[in-house]
Amino acid sequence: MPILKKKYPRIGVYICHCGQNISSVIDIPKVREYVEKLPNVVVARDIRYACSDLGQSIIARDIKDYNLDRVVVASCSPRLHETVFKNLLESSDLNPYLFEMVNIREQCSWVHLDKEKATEKAIDLIRGAVAKSLFLEPIEKTRELVKENVVVIGAGIAGITSALTLANLGVNVYLIEEKPTIGGHMALLDKTFPTLDCSLCILSPLMVEVKNHDNIKLLTNSEVIDISGYVGNFKVKVKKKPRYVAEDKCVACGLCSEKCPVTVTDTDFNFSLSKRKAIYIPFPQAIPNAYVIDAENCLKLNKNVCGICERVCENNAINFSQKEEILEIEAGAIIIATGFNLFDARKKKEYNYGKYKNVITQMEFERILAADGPTSGKIVRLDNDEKPERIAFIQCVGSRDKRFNNYCSSICCLISIKQALLIKEKHPEIEVFVFYNDIRVTGKDAEEFYVRALEAGVKFIKGLVSEISKMDDKLRIKYENIMLGKYSELDVDMVILATALEPSISSLKIAKKVHLDTSYENNFFMESHPKLRPVETNVDGIFIAGCSHFPKSIQDTVNQANNAAVKAYEILKKGEIIIEEATAFVDKEKCNSCLFCMEVCPYDSIKLDTDGKPEVVDALCKGCGCCVAACPSGAIQQRYFTDVQLSSQIRAILYSKNKEYEKWLQTEANLLGKT
Amino acid sequence: MASNGSKSAGEDISIVAFLCNWCSYAGADLAGTSRRKYPENIRIIRVMCSSRVSPIMVLDAFKNGADAVLIAGCHPNDCHYSTGNFYTRRRFSIFRRLLDFLGIEKERLRIEWISASEGDKFAKIVNEMLGEVSRIGKLNFSDIYPERNY
Repeated sequence: MPILKKKYPRIGVYICHCGQNISSVIDIPKVREYVEKLPNVVVARDIRYACSDLGQSIIARDIKDYNLDRVVVASCSPRLHETVFKNLLESSDLNPYLFEMVNIREQCSWVHLDKEKATEKAIDLIRGAVAKSLFLEPIEKTRELVKENVVVIGAGIAGITSALTLANLGVNVYLIEEKPTIGGHMALLDKTFPTLDCSLCILSPLMVEVKNHDNIKLLTNSEVIDISGYVGNFKVKVKKKPRYVAEDKCVACGLCSEKCPVTVTDTDFNFSLSKRKAIYIPFPQAIPNAYVIDAENCLKLNKNVCGICERVCENNAINFSQKEEILEIEAGAIIIATGFNLFDARKKKEYNYGKYKNVITQMEFERILAADGPTSGKIVRLDNDEKPERIAFIQCVGSRDKRFNNYCSSICCLISIKQALLIKEKHPEIEVFVFYNDIRVTGKDAEEFYVRALEAGVKFIKGLVSEISKMDDKLRIKYENIMLGKYSELDVDMVILATALEPSISSLKIAKKVHLDTSYENNFFMESHPKLRPVETNVDGIFIAGCSHFPKSIQDTVNQANNAAVKAYEILKKGEIIIEEATAFVDKEKCNSCLFCMEVCPYDSIKLDTDGKPEVVDALCKGCGCCVAACPSGAIQQRYFTDVQLSSQIRAILYSKNKEYEKWLQTEANLLGKT
Repeated sequence: MASNGSKSAGEDISIVAFLCNWCSYAGADLAGTSRRKYPENIRIIRVMCSSRVSPIMVLDAFKNGADAVLIAGCHPNDCHYSTGNFYTRRRFSIFRRLLDFLGIEKERLRIEWISASEGDKFAKIVNEMLGEVSRIGKLNFSDIYPERNY
């Protein structure tokens, strides 16, 4: 093999026995003898356990004694101990990227029986690593300061919890909500399972706390339109829509609403079950506790007539001249808590939702149960306001159904059980049926809750409903009773559909903007690791909480939201981020600006410089190397995996097949000026 | 199929594998941890993502003595870098057709999706590849292109 004559580079190679794990198959002395003779290898040793304290101290001493500037360790998988050795190099004042690891345990001694061939393979692999190490370059760490704010997107229970936890830790939080009030879906619930706590009684104090907290800046009626930047240094662009009512002046007396001549259907907060005025407050406990003008229906804004509200308001809170504002917020971390949307039950045609008034969804029934809802908490049939005699719940509408969503929405069983119990509590004489696939109740006190419903006389029927039709003023349910193995029919007054939870439209929009991974199957946000990194995402510094991740109960949402808050705090507390990836870089002289690299980069990490040449933003680059393979001129390279490093490795591995390597190496080394 | 130790047709065959760090390399590690045996003919090179592998690298391997090349990455939609393996899939479905044109049998290049939990699959693929390539025989690149200096 050729010799790079200069004293540079000086390579140390260490072959680990791993007790018997490697040495029982691979002839280590033979490997060492071969490796010793490789060019530029100054020292080669075999070590019983390279990762042990003793092993590490041998390497550290050699680095000093032999003045090594490359280290190759042949032992287990780099996925196991690479960081151990990298840290060792760092503490020996050697750049950690001047290190190469050879996997001769998992990918050699453990999978091969033929000792001779395994030894040959180990030699080839080490030769490859030594060859790659000839061309290794140090990679410098870059540090950047972290911006001190955190942006929380979505102010349901998840966003509220994250915001409060962070604010209490002293962090400035921007809480962004697209609706005119915070509270999310939880604010619309009557009671919560499995304790039957009144939902607003536990949520409303938190909402007030958000409003009053010095560290929280609340932006309602606001939409995130763009997110750029990277961990520690995000820029979030927010469009704040006008409310036409000054939040600080409005005292929510309601006079304006009383006098407003425009009545429309309340689609947002009462799911079209009631009417509201064009100037309205979503619900009495709304935060901010101020009225809002519905710009679509207001006469003044659309036809420049009326303006009654402006005249009757005693505090001059109405302000028609408010304009849309675009705000840009800098943030060190972002928490996304954009919640869920409900499955549109109209898609399941056989249930005739939207056609029959008495077929409603769980959420609509929740509003009927709620004291501030359209019926003030009275359970009535929606067509004639009479008390129903029989109510049926149908589970898994849009969940666990191959036509719509394969997944189980996790919480609908408990919701139906809760609502059934609430019916029984108010009117024990109403007959309640639950048609189910499987009753899935897990978690603390859930089973007891289910038993309570059984004891209260709720009838659970295992079977799918095939059709709901109208029979006089009743609804006829056709179903298969799986337990009895027969088809039956049941006439009821009301049917409540347990609709699936789907990722919200806002979630999908945001996922597109920042390249957040969503699950292939169901579009919910994907966590970085299903077990160990449940709130992290594929984008560093962006965390997820609540139902935007997957349908979950309020308990689980609160847990996850706190988790996300702590993870965001971790970034801010560090104060600076260290960027130390095998990132890509551009040789601008070779580049001819075809910009293929920009097109393929999954992280938008390649930007144009003033000359129109691409440039890699280190903090955004994750080091996949996709751009390198796309570059037709070899101008973009990935550190630690450059073309010449890999080429050297490939050729050296195959050296025994083709001795061309020497010639090539000599040319390359000449080019690099290393001979 | 080449069995370990015994002399067989696959004796001289050499396979170079480019495995992505997150799925396939971990899958190969798992084959090791679970002591699944496969032939010694394979030499693994780690890259961070299968999309780092360029056609040039594959040709590099072929012309320097590899008889077969395996590129393996995460399953579609499981890529650690979200979309890397889609590029791999596109690049090499085109490049494989080009191989035929170069006079290199398509069977010598294999693209596979191997997750970190598929150690068995990795071992199985190596076995299959060796069997297939042994049937075709060794690739002698310099015989196909003797006059060209690469």
